[in-house]
Amino acid sequence: MSTIKSNYTRALDIKHGRVDMSHGSGGRAMAQLITELFASAFDNEFLAQGNDGATLPQANGRLVMATDSHVVSPLFFAGGDIGCLSVHGTLNDVAVMGAAPLYLSASFILEEGFPLADLQRIVQSMAQASREAGVPIVTGDTKVVEQGKGDGVFITTTGVGVVREGINLSGDLARAGDKILLSGTIGDHGMAIMSQREGLTFSAPIVSDTAALHGLIATMLDSGVQLRVLRDPTRGGLATTLNEIAKQSGVGMMLHEAAIAVNQPVEAACEFLGLDPLYVANEGKLIAICVAEDAERLLQVMRAHPLAANASIIGEVVQDAHGFVQMTTKMGGRRVVDWLAGEQLPRIC
Amino acid sequence: MKYIDEFRDGELAKNISANIAREADPKRTYRLMEFCGGHTHAISRYGLVDLLPANVRMIHGPGCPVCVLPIGRVDQAIRLAREQGVILCTYADTVRVPASDNLSLMRAKANGADVRMIYSTQDALKVARDNPQREVAFLAIGFETTTPPTAVAVKQAEASGLKNFSILCDHVLTPAAMHAILAVEGGVSIDGFVGPAHVSTVIGSKPYEPFADDYGKPVVIAGFEPLDVMQAILMLVRQINEGRAEVENEFTRAVTREGNLKAQELVAEVFELRDRFEWRGLGSVPNSALKLRNRFAAFDAELKFNVSYVAVPDNKACECAAILRGQKRPQECKIFGTVCTPENPVGSCMVSSEGACAAHYSYGRFREKA
Repeated sequence: MSTIKSNYTRALDIKHGRVDMSHGSGGRAMAQLITELFASAFDNEFLAQGNDGATLPQANGRLVMATDSHVVSPLFFAGGDIGCLSVHGTLNDVAVMGAAPLYLSASFILEEGFPLADLQRIVQSMAQASREAGVPIVTGDTKVVEQGKGDGVFITTTGVGVVREGINLSGDLARAGDKILLSGTIGDHGMAIMSQREGLTFSAPIVSDTAALHGLIATMLDSGVQLRVLRDPTRGGLATTLNEIAKQSGVGMMLHEAAIAVNQPVEAACEFLGLDPLYVANEGKLIAICVAEDAERLLQVMRAHPLAANASIIGEVVQDAHGFVQMTTKMGGRRVVDWLAGEQLPRIC
Repeated sequence: MKYIDEFRDGELAKNISANIAREADPKRTYRLMEFCGGHTHAISRYGLVDLLPANVRMIHGPGCPVCVLPIGRVDQAIRLAREQGVILCTYADTVRVPASDNLSLMRAKANGADVRMIYSTQDALKVARDNPQREVAFLAIGFETTTPPTAVAVKQAEASGLKNFSILCDHVLTPAAMHAILAVEGGVSIDGFVGPAHVSTVIGSKPYEPFADDYGKPVVIAGFEPLDVMQAILMLVRQINEGRAEVENEFTRAVTREGNLKAQELVAEVFELRDRFEWRGLGSVPNSALKLRNRFAAFDAELKFNVSYVAVPDNKACECAAILRGQKRPQECKIFGTVCTPENPVGSCMVSSEGACAAHYSYGRFREKA
């Protein structure tokens, strides 16, 4: 009588198990990890092909491709975790190009000793984010590094999307006179991470804004307004992203501090740590630059979407050979909103 | 945000601005020095210069702790970390201060030195407790605001028998620096001071009285919020117009004449005056800094590791010295914005956002276009 079993003799011990070097060795342990943890969570027809790469149907339109590595610490934070963040981050990079995201890949670098239970939590969060977005993870990779050579888990995701005819967004298209719109409050993601890292607690917790923006962007594109630039102000915050656009387009900008919303706990945490919310990361916000005549209409379209209910017009593009991003302050003065220099370090007194 | 918004009210600022414009005598100029980097930062970040008439000019003083730290002091900390294998803890901005050999604590860290950025002296004690087999030194910098927490840490280390903890003491004194600025031969063209906020919560307003009485310079102690600064400027303009030279206190919500006596006692128990201390920009200033008393010698990293201070001259092209004294403006320095930028600071005024050069570079550069 045959004693060959079709499955692994023992299921992964997700509750107590930890990643070990064999999970990256290419052998049976790795196959088991992929089958039981990744493939079951991400389950889709392309991944089920089981090949080294996914064969995808022909797409109509120009392709957009973007990639993003995620190394956030702590891995789990108020409002999300590295899993959903790694899906949202790349989806948003594809979507701000005006593309409808179609597929994602995911590559994991795991540190030896990382608890399988945490890994499963992260993978399930990714799977849920991918399902909610309607964008499958079609291929992936797993590597394991020795203890001390990683920080638990690093995730790199790549996204592919397609831009339909007539849509042309780019950072070099901002023109003097255009209006600058922002989809909501700033600094929520960065301060959620920072306050957790520093052990700061507030009566109202700071929650990351991590979210997939392609739905919002689709309604903005469908509205027929003449959009020039879309971008998500992630690392370096609003200030850095606007400086990038100003440089690419060879223009200046004049912002209005009073129009830029900051949640109160975020403002409080920034005060406490000596940080400026203009430079703090966001993961579910976008900047839109459009022709002045369409700004009010775009604002209404954005505000009708739950992810941009607090959208506002925060300033305008101006002619400036120096490419300065400036801001009128609430106090009635004017200042430069410069590139972030180095890392944003807290001031000491 | 409560307790913050009240001091950032744009309408009130306009009122004060109008009062300053009305009361400032157009026939004269008002050269006012804000001593503290906190004020420099507020002036720049809120664009307050736009709310002042052209003849009321703010001069950025030396009250930025990292800006006055000379190269030799940073070298000392780097040597401690690199040569003696010490875990060096310090407040964040300090890690970017340029030192000898194109190094800074941040670059030394990239080269393998164990440098940790901390928020509080309590964090440094924790590092020491968590690493009993290693030596942990805290690079203690700052004016009177940051001195009491260092004193607390030293006393706690003593009480708990923490033997692997020590401090490299670079704490400096505000009144001594103001004396150094005013005691220049031939006098200085400063008409009044916006006095320190947080420092004064500790030392009180009394130590500034000699500047009013002996040097005839009005001092108005002000909080770090933009309305505090505006109100203090108005009060200074009024004193000058009336020919008064007094110490006035705008920051009454936090500062008394006597200050925080408990903190002062603690500091006096743990520290004593150094005979001299070298400041960047001000040179060697007598009785201007603190060191640990003999009783706490076991916690003095300079003694424990025998790292002596070696003076190093500043970069020749750097005008930090003149800028810290209020004799030059950042844009008058040849290397400002070209060789010396926030990414690659040559002088220390470009390091902290409280430094005169970094504040001007980051917030006020557009003004030079005209």
